[in-house]
Amino acid sequence: MSRFLKIALLATISISCSLPVLAGPLNIGREATSAEVLAWNIDVRPDGQGLPEGRGTVAWGEEVFAEKCASCHGDFGEGVDRWPVLAGGQGTLADEDPVKTIGSYWPYLSTVFDYVNRAMPFGEAQSLEADEVYAITAYILYLNDIVDDEEFELSKSNFMQHRLPNENGFFADPRLESPIAENKNACMKDCVPGVAKIVMRARTLDVTPDGEDNPSGGLN
Amino acid sequence: MAKLIDGTRNKLSSRRGFLKAGLALGGMAATTGAIAGEGDPAILEKKDWVQYTGDGVDARPYGTPSEFEEHVTRKNVAWLTADPVSSVNFTPLHELDGIITPNGLCFERHHAGIAEIDPAEHRLMINGLVEKELVFTMEDLMRFPRENRVYFLECAANTGMEWHGSQLNGCQFTHGMIHNVMYTGIPLKYLLEEAGLKTNAKWLLPEGADASGMTRSLPLAKALEDCLVAFKMNGEALRPEQGYPLRLVVPGWEGNMWIKWLRRIEVGDQPWHHREETAKYTDLMENGKARHFTWEMDAKSVITNPSPQAPLLHKSGHTVLSGIAWSGRGKVDRVDISLDGGRNWRPARIDGLSLDKSMHRFYYEFDWDGSPLLLQSRAIDSTGYIQPTRNELRAIRGTNSIYHNNGIQTWHVKSDGEVENVEVS
Ligand code: HEC
Repeated sequence: MSRFLKIALLATISISCSLPVLAGPLNIGREATSAEVLAWNIDVRPDGQGLPEGRGTVAWGEEVFAEKCASCHGDFGEGVDRWPVLAGGQGTLADEDPVKTIGSYWPYLSTVFDYVNRAMPFGEAQSLEADEVYAITAYILYLNDIVDDEEFELSKSNFMQHRLPNENGFFADPRLESPIAENKNACMKDCVPGVAKIVMRARTLDVTPDGEDNPSGGLN
Repeated sequence: MAKLIDGTRNKLSSRRGFLKAGLALGGMAATTGAIAGEGDPAILEKKDWVQYTGDGVDARPYGTPSEFEEHVTRKNVAWLTADPVSSVNFTPLHELDGIITPNGLCFERHHAGIAEIDPAEHRLMINGLVEKELVFTMEDLMRFPRENRVYFLECAANTGMEWHGSQLNGCQFTHGMIHNVMYTGIPLKYLLEEAGLKTNAKWLLPEGADASGMTRSLPLAKALEDCLVAFKMNGEALRPEQGYPLRLVVPGWEGNMWIKWLRRIEVGDQPWHHREETAKYTDLMENGKARHFTWEMDAKSVITNPSPQAPLLHKSGHTVLSGIAWSGRGKVDRVDISLDGGRNWRPARIDGLSLDKSMHRFYYEFDWDGSPLLLQSRAIDSTGYIQPTRNELRAIRGTNSIYHNNGIQTWHVKSDGEVENVEVS
């Protein structure tokens, strides 16, 4: 191979492996208008950033919920059939069968506002007025015994005063410090004493599709 | 499997009634090539494909698999969720080989059904802590430099049904929330640089255009390191169920973060703690506290053949065992195989491309004496991380964490070749 060809080859190889360094903006796209940003920028954060103007009471929230949400989530957020449960479950997180709801598990109220506003009612997302979302959020607080007055009104100005019980229930990913990550010795021979015994079979439950039983509890 | 073979045979015999009943009833003899009498009818009889011409080039403008592969499909598990519109189906891993998942077989998980988007009406907005809030059309995006990369996407809930013990008979169901695809896309950092990041920018909120308005908080460092905004998969446009016309690619991290139908990226200085990173995709421990922001997918592997949907029909003799391995932290350096439920291990052979944060294919060839086997595979990645047993995981995490179950899978191969999902002592 000629020296020239070798150099050329090397050059192509290095080019194919590294990204071009852009000298500056490419001037592609255009600036968004403020109306466009307003139309899409609906997300809400735990510090209250993104909350729109608005207000709504527990009593009104109960009416809206009965009309637009209860067919799936039940009048009291108990969940119809297999649809998600929105209330209850406090004190069950360490149980064998934990019940994870807004009251028992969710850390921030802002998440309720954000999610209901962007994704519910299921099949008719982003159809609620801001006032309705405040009222529904107030009603969900009521269903979870976090407020107890039907006249309670949730609004942009008092939103940050209300917290969910499990705010401190979360911690950072520790997997890289776990004994599993620290084990660097892959045993090859006689790793476990005795002959392997089968202790559980999928057949016992037989929940593979085409099987007949439907166990309770899935991914939701 | 027996069912599938019968299905195949019915097709064969219905094809102009050409096959003799003898072959249709011939059972294993026909598939193993054993012969009775003068020889194998597959050889002795003149087939119609030998004599007659077939479809012309105008018959199949977009090709599909052979009719004899009709059973190779994604499958869902009805009892898992309340409604197929917010649900999941599973990649038929036991029917695939190599490392690339065909587009039509990539598992689907969406939260409000498939958004059908006209690319002419699709926009990508970047807003928040940037010098200029920008809007791009699809045509605009085609003018940015592109990159081609193969990455696996695994749902954090893959194998989540097995925390309490063996449940589902088939690697499609236990491990099928994964696919491995070559993406063509724009490094996300180019788009962010185009908008100009403010100095306090630390987090991104990518958002989907579907009716779930999917959002996840993504640390800026990851976005700048290797994320892509992709528009092609395996060379062709993204499939609608994979986010057409635009999806985020977050290599090595849980699938939920790979926002499909990507329409907006907000830049901020703190995470949003939205529903999919609080109520979901957090890992509940035994003490009632939960891990959050568990983004990386740990090293994992599974034997795809044999497995419950793919038994060993040849009874004994030379046997090819095959499977897949992957790690969200790098490449897979080694896969070990055990035939005795984890007592003794030997290295498998990794074949084909070994790429960062991509699926790897492994094989282990051995002479099977026909006695029962307890098969396991164990991946070791380029960071030295060793795939743990299910019980090692449970000792730390209990059984209620749903997500990130990368424990070693056991298949029980019986002497008749049938395979069952089991757990061993
Ligand atoms: C047609 C049935 C249906 C209706 C009506 C409905 N929802 Fe839902 N809801 C769902 C489904 C399905 C999910 C889960 C979606 C997913 O999988 O991402 C859900 C999830 C939720 C969640 C999150 C639950 C969790 O634990 O993660 C909240 C909160 C919620 N809905 C509130 C509401 C409110 C408020 C309304 C009325 C404005 C409403 N829903 C109307 C079906 C429904």
